[in-house]
Amino acid sequence: MSSAITDLGHHHAHDEPKGLARWLTTTNHKDIGILYMLFGLTMFLLGGVFAELIRVQLIHPANHLVTPEVYNQIITLHGLVMVFGALMPVTAGFANYLIPMMIGAPDMALPRLNNWGFWLLPPAAIVLVLPFILKLFGIGNGPVDTGWTMYAPLSVQGGLGVDFAIFAIFLLGASSLMASINIVVTIFNLRAPGMALMKMPLFVWSWLMTSFLLIAVFPALIAGSAMLLADRHFGTHFFSAAGGGDPVLWEHLFWFFGHPEVYILLFPTAGILSQILPTFARKPIFGYRAQVYSYWAIAALSVVVWAHHMFTSGMPVAGQLYFMYSTMLISVPLAILFFCWLATIWKGSLTFETPMLFALGYIVLFGIGGLTGLVLADAVADQQYHNSFFLVAHFHYALFGGPIMGVIAGVYYWLPKITGRMYSERLGKLHFWLTMIGFNITFMSQFFLGVAGMPRRIPDYALQFAPLNLVSSLGAFLLGAAQLILVYNIARAWAGYGQPATSQVWEGAHGLEFTLPSPPPHHTFDEQPVIA
Amino acid sequence: MLISGAAQAHNPFEFQTPVTPIARETLYVHDLFLTIIAVLFSIGFGFLIFSLIRYRRGRGHAPATFTAPRTPLQWALSALPILTLIFIDYVVMGIPAYHAVLSLANTRDDAGLVIKVTGSQWRWHYEYPDQGISFVSNLSTPASERDSGAPTDPNYLLEVDKPLVLPVGEKVRVLLTSTDVIHAWWIPSFGIKQDAVPGFLRETWVKIDKPGIYRGQCAELCGVGHAYMPIVVEAKSQDDFKRWVADAQTSAAQAAAVTTLSKEDLLKRGQQTYTTYCALCHQPTGLGLPGTFPPIATGKPFAAPPAMTDLLAQRGFFKDGKIVEGSVDRHIQIVLKGIPGTPMPAFDGQLSDADIAGVITFERNSFGNQTGDVVQPSTVKAARGK
Amino acid sequence: MTKGEAVARSKAPARPRRTANRRLAFGLLLVALGFFGFGFALVPLYNTFCHVTGLNGKTEETSVRPVGGVDLSRIVTVEFTSTVMPGLPWRFQPTVRRLQVHPGEPATATYLATNLSDARRNGQAIMSVSPEQAAIHFKKIECFCFHAQALAPHQSRVMPVVFFVSRDLPKEITTITVSYSAFPAVEEVASRGENQSER
Repeated sequence: MSSAITDLGHHHAHDEPKGLARWLTTTNHKDIGILYMLFGLTMFLLGGVFAELIRVQLIHPANHLVTPEVYNQIITLHGLVMVFGALMPVTAGFANYLIPMMIGAPDMALPRLNNWGFWLLPPAAIVLVLPFILKLFGIGNGPVDTGWTMYAPLSVQGGLGVDFAIFAIFLLGASSLMASINIVVTIFNLRAPGMALMKMPLFVWSWLMTSFLLIAVFPALIAGSAMLLADRHFGTHFFSAAGGGDPVLWEHLFWFFGHPEVYILLFPTAGILSQILPTFARKPIFGYRAQVYSYWAIAALSVVVWAHHMFTSGMPVAGQLYFMYSTMLISVPLAILFFCWLATIWKGSLTFETPMLFALGYIVLFGIGGLTGLVLADAVADQQYHNSFFLVAHFHYALFGGPIMGVIAGVYYWLPKITGRMYSERLGKLHFWLTMIGFNITFMSQFFLGVAGMPRRIPDYALQFAPLNLVSSLGAFLLGAAQLILVYNIARAWAGYGQPATSQVWEGAHGLEFTLPSPPPHHTFDEQPVIA
Repeated sequence: MLISGAAQAHNPFEFQTPVTPIARETLYVHDLFLTIIAVLFSIGFGFLIFSLIRYRRGRGHAPATFTAPRTPLQWALSALPILTLIFIDYVVMGIPAYHAVLSLANTRDDAGLVIKVTGSQWRWHYEYPDQGISFVSNLSTPASERDSGAPTDPNYLLEVDKPLVLPVGEKVRVLLTSTDVIHAWWIPSFGIKQDAVPGFLRETWVKIDKPGIYRGQCAELCGVGHAYMPIVVEAKSQDDFKRWVADAQTSAAQAAAVTTLSKEDLLKRGQQTYTTYCALCHQPTGLGLPGTFPPIATGKPFAAPPAMTDLLAQRGFFKDGKIVEGSVDRHIQIVLKGIPGTPMPAFDGQLSDADIAGVITFERNSFGNQTGDVVQPSTVKAARGK
Repeated sequence: MTKGEAVARSKAPARPRRTANRRLAFGLLLVALGFFGFGFALVPLYNTFCHVTGLNGKTEETSVRPVGGVDLSRIVTVEFTSTVMPGLPWRFQPTVRRLQVHPGEPATATYLATNLSDARRNGQAIMSVSPEQAAIHFKKIECFCFHAQALAPHQSRVMPVVFFVSRDLPKEITTITVSYSAFPAVEEVASRGENQSER
């Protein structure tokens, strides 16, 4: 791909506000992208604190760090904060920052909508976590404590925290929909001349599919949450058998959203991987078309397999067989992605900078997550895995091993582009190895706990589970501590320390964003480049 | 590597020793699948590591430029892993999985025994409809063990006052439902995990091979006591089971006949009931937890949202920021009906007249309370109607 | 295409592009609204699906007449069970534990309900059939569960369900369990909510 850049680095003489007002009113895609990423990082740290509290509570049986009530609140907030607060915003941040530069657009198509979309997030996070803070001061009975799945009737029965969570979901949903609509419009309407759809970087493709999925499934969760709110306060009986409703309906509504949500988190980072691997293999991406078609296939399949989360809730044989076999089918496009990633590395000229290490870690860990998912697809064996620590380990391999490793890889990959400074390679490598070691200690032991019969979401457990829980907790402390290196590396580059980065940053990097200076000027591509 | 007899020392890769046909089938499937994914992972990981070593830049060769398979051979090599995976999915894994699904769903062969399991926050209620036996099974781990910080009881959190008793060698159909939220009845050795959904009936089945005690736990988050509703099944030989049924029927008849109890008996019974049903929230000390669970001990301050303290005050149990002594009748009503809008549940369906009489007598004469009140089962029986 | 042309092409249509952006964004918003509506539409869709397939053990809450005669070659055991939900001071039990019927043959089972309290208490029985595949084949001609039931203080009532098992019941099902859960009625007995409207 070659490109002709015009009007590069031209600075406009706008009177732009400074300081806080700049960030509150900004419509610039790079500013908003950075806001998203900083918000996501903050939430990642908060969710991490919750995770560490869980592991401290579980470090030995009969621990009294928190009461069972607070424990349920912590596990719920950990899930909601990590999924909605950390992962979704941070990938939306990458989208905002990178997509216009990758497709040669001057900005996002709907800049003002972009600003609103972001500024819905901090209130949503506050609404979600506020009851927790209030409880510390003795006000109210704390935040949502139903698990992030919010199964009815437990969530109908729950305290005011559930209402706060529902309002947070409304705000998060509105924000996600705004971001998704904006991204689709930008990709469809603002591509530079010559940037055909099938020439777009895979990261852009991955976000296009993510946006489609979000537009399709998030409204269903909002609708379900509205019904839950009505059941709680307005005397309806959507989820209560007493009035002719059905608690299992909530499970269907939730997982109709919840399963595609896994791919909403996954896609952007699969896209990131397909940017990073060719750079450090110094070799073009393998199977571009196959990957695009795999995205389509995964997106389509993801909305028809949801009830594999519900094998134990009571399902006729036909339903079990359908959801089992359709779930197995997802392994095919995912395997194609893996194949393409491995084939991209094959016969390359490999170097192992930090982004590459995290990308390779992604392949390994997400591989374990995916393969154990294949086991979970079995409707009968699932009776043993479901809601045990095996399941917890599986989805952490899938969601930390995939999306979070991918996000970290992306941060190291584009941090020099965004800040103009190289991070410390030595610390980055240390971060990688500590993360890999800590993560595997934490979650590999949980596979064994699940197989041994330990249910999830319990604050105390039988003695036979004690040794592995201790191991898992120690791993989690290492994993948590390792993430401070990431914070330091970001802060260091942000503060202007470290080697200055070149335009191309990485010797093997391609793509329009690497034709711009590091950091890129505030406004880029006011006149669009032409892609030959 | 992973396939081995279940009889040997416990293999950490395997489930708890299976004792039902479903559990054996599940373990077979688990072993098979785990072996397959271990092989798949090893191939992928080996390929990755080989590439990382072989194609590192230090070896100084020029990177290739291919972006897709070109020759028919390359296409075949690319398609091979995908086709293999489809074969593994739908043949190697799919066929045993199909048989397992059918055998789990097979409740049609007439069962020798039917039991009904009802989940409630946070205990299991077992019923033998044809034998006229019905009882509640509660966690029996003493609070002192939980508070110790270093429990030593080998069955910590996995023991109950009254286990479910089942015969071996006979097909038992298990019906499940719930009276409040969704619970899940999980016994790893049986390979069974089935949700209990309020208002809906579910069924599954077990056929236990050998006598023994099998333990499991609730597997669906059901609130504060989720970790504290274990399942214990005592499997007995057919003869022992028949004897147990006869004994249970006799003692049920005796229990129904008792109407007046001494204060000592009431206090003893009340303490047991309190420990099992009340102490999780109101604490073994009777001091409750600030903000959520009021103390039972009178004269103690209790800070909570007005939504809760108002309800207590209306019932005469709260004044000037402190818990005060309310009337016996109100006390019985609270235990029977609960306090709607607060976590206090209704116990009318769960506790016998004697248990409620005991626990109220106990509460009014413990934790520093000295009312001297004695409540008889007949009083509770009369109060149920109000 | 020369560079000049490209720049001209990308720069000139600023206004039409803005219109195009808004149009597409608006279209996507409509799609999102459509899926929001779909979320709500899932409720009736799901209920219909349950009733048609028997998913969840749900049965049609309407009266059905038997057609096509009795299949004397088969015998099906129908077992009855009950659950009283908290907050309803009723005793509520089947009077007969099980019945043996031929498919297509109408039969009557009864439940005995007693109000244990000193106040009038209304209960609504919610029915569920297991195994789920049998649910669509359990047909009610008349059932106390069609209406909420009012019981005066300490009143007892024998409540009948007249039913038949459809001849289409799969051969391998020989035992059906019918469960009634008695909930405190959510509506007054006279006027009942739309979720449980009679047809």
